[in-house]
Amino acid sequence: MQKMTNSALAEALNSLLGERIVTSEELYDTLVVEVSSADAFSVIETLKLDPKLSFNFLTLIGGVHYPENPGRELCVVYHLHSWKNAIRLRIKAYLPAENPSIQSLTSLYETANWMERETFDFFGIKFENHPNLTRILNMDDMDYHPMLKEHPLEDGTREDKDDRFFGR
Amino acid sequence: MNANDNLIRLSNGQVLSKETIDGDIATINFGPTHPATHGIFQNILTVDGEKILNSVQTVGYIHRAFEKLAERRPYNQITPITDRLNYCSSPINNLGWHMTVEKLLQVKVPKRVDYMRVIIMELARIADHLICDSIIGVDTGALTSFFYPFSEREKIYELYEEMCGARLTTNMGRIGGFDKDFNPVFHAKLKEFIRTFPAAFEEWNGMLERNRIFMDRTKGAGPISAERALAYGFTGPNLRAAGVDYDVRVMHPYSSYEDFDFIIPVGVNGDTYDRFMVRQEEIRQSLRIIEQAYNNLPEGPFHAEVPEFFLPDKKDVYNNMEALIYHFKIIMGESEVPVGEVYHSVEGGNGELGYYLISDGGRSPYRLQFRRPCFIYYQAYPEMITGSNISDAVITLSSINVIAGELDA
Repeated sequence: MQKMTNSALAEALNSLLGERIVTSEELYDTLVVEVSSADAFSVIETLKLDPKLSFNFLTLIGGVHYPENPGRELCVVYHLHSWKNAIRLRIKAYLPAENPSIQSLTSLYETANWMERETFDFFGIKFENHPNLTRILNMDDMDYHPMLKEHPLEDGTREDKDDRFFGR
Repeated sequence: MNANDNLIRLSNGQVLSKETIDGDIATINFGPTHPATHGIFQNILTVDGEKILNSVQTVGYIHRAFEKLAERRPYNQITPITDRLNYCSSPINNLGWHMTVEKLLQVKVPKRVDYMRVIIMELARIADHLICDSIIGVDTGALTSFFYPFSEREKIYELYEEMCGARLTTNMGRIGGFDKDFNPVFHAKLKEFIRTFPAAFEEWNGMLERNRIFMDRTKGAGPISAERALAYGFTGPNLRAAGVDYDVRVMHPYSSYEDFDFIIPVGVNGDTYDRFMVRQEEIRQSLRIIEQAYNNLPEGPFHAEVPEFFLPDKKDVYNNMEALIYHFKIIMGESEVPVGEVYHSVEGGNGELGYYLISDGGRSPYRLQFRRPCFIYYQAYPEMITGSNISDAVITLSSINVIAGELDA
């Protein structure tokens, strides 16, 4: 097991993916690459199948909501891990708030199944070709996606608790 | 005769020929409040006599919206949330969270803190594995083997109490280190634990490891191959039982794990017996790590100099202006946090426990996502039990150590 450096990984990604990389930066100890939502599946497939990089393990899929980002309100974050090179990679794909949808990774990594269901449940992001895209942790008849920023954690009409005193 | 008369359609859409069915097909609810599920989750099993044909899972019964809650709490108030993920080893969750924040703040903690953390985290791993392995005993009908390790687990909980006053949901440590150093009682109890635990452990282990009944029940129950385990995102002891030696402590060492000498046990068949054996060996290795860390415990401070996050001594708060200011900033959640995003993971009781933290510079995280190993590998459960007996499903469930708190967040 030889550890790869982020700069070596960035170089390999540049030659492998070329135009498909929108932006690439090193945040703390991890390389973060943005790709377009249409490319996400093919990029991850390339990274998984490439014999030198071999990102064999999907660590995590999650969503992030940026309501102030018009056209790029939702972000799907993929954490990949190459055990061969002992290096992690974060891939981001931004989606619009209107009808957000992205290709499912379930055909590449079976573990994506529940991770994508969770992301759908909490952010409303639709994963195309997912075998069973239903809510997982919340009840089935819930009519909103609770992790979106427009849903406040606490009841805004409460008067017994004044948030101004708590720096909120 | 219609060709369809010979077919049976199951609730998951699967179609079987009647000739393959031995008895009557029945649907039974395994959970949500079944004594053998050790937590609240449901499996709707379709059974042919005793044989499981398929299983449909329902999770989320104790979902508590931790990720949403975290978006409104200052960083130090998120620690108690992490307690309630895998509550069998909450110190690992606490300290993993503190390390994540330290990574964001780019704080370097003193060597002594690293070693203290290693001692606490390995104690937590022992406690976690003791519970899991003793519960496999219960589910195979050996209740005595459940009670034996509890006296040892109690000693670990007493050590927690010395450090933080709590036992189960520990809220241990602070961002930057610990709120206090190991006290003399802790030292005495830890030395006693290191001295007496191996004999007590081996006595208990002797009840199960080569027990004919236990071996017959657990060997071949709920197996999963290395390829399938990897596809399902298994980590931790369950993956190692299938023969893959992935361990976060080795691949991405944190908290000075690179200083210690330990081996990663791996299994062969990925069945219940292998999972049991891997956990048992991990307990021995954890004790080795604790011994090494304790014997080489460096001198020095027990926390990093991060006054914006580390609460000052109470006597200073009354007499010292800076301490008073920092006290208020921490309590009111006004500490400055840099903008950035980090992913940090630790080897939890069940596998890679990760924290993906995005900060926008505000008082609480913009987004915090937990990588909860239970949630990720529990989706493989139907595949592991299909074709086996209900009794095997029970021990498979206990041997993969699904903790409802971690499953449902």
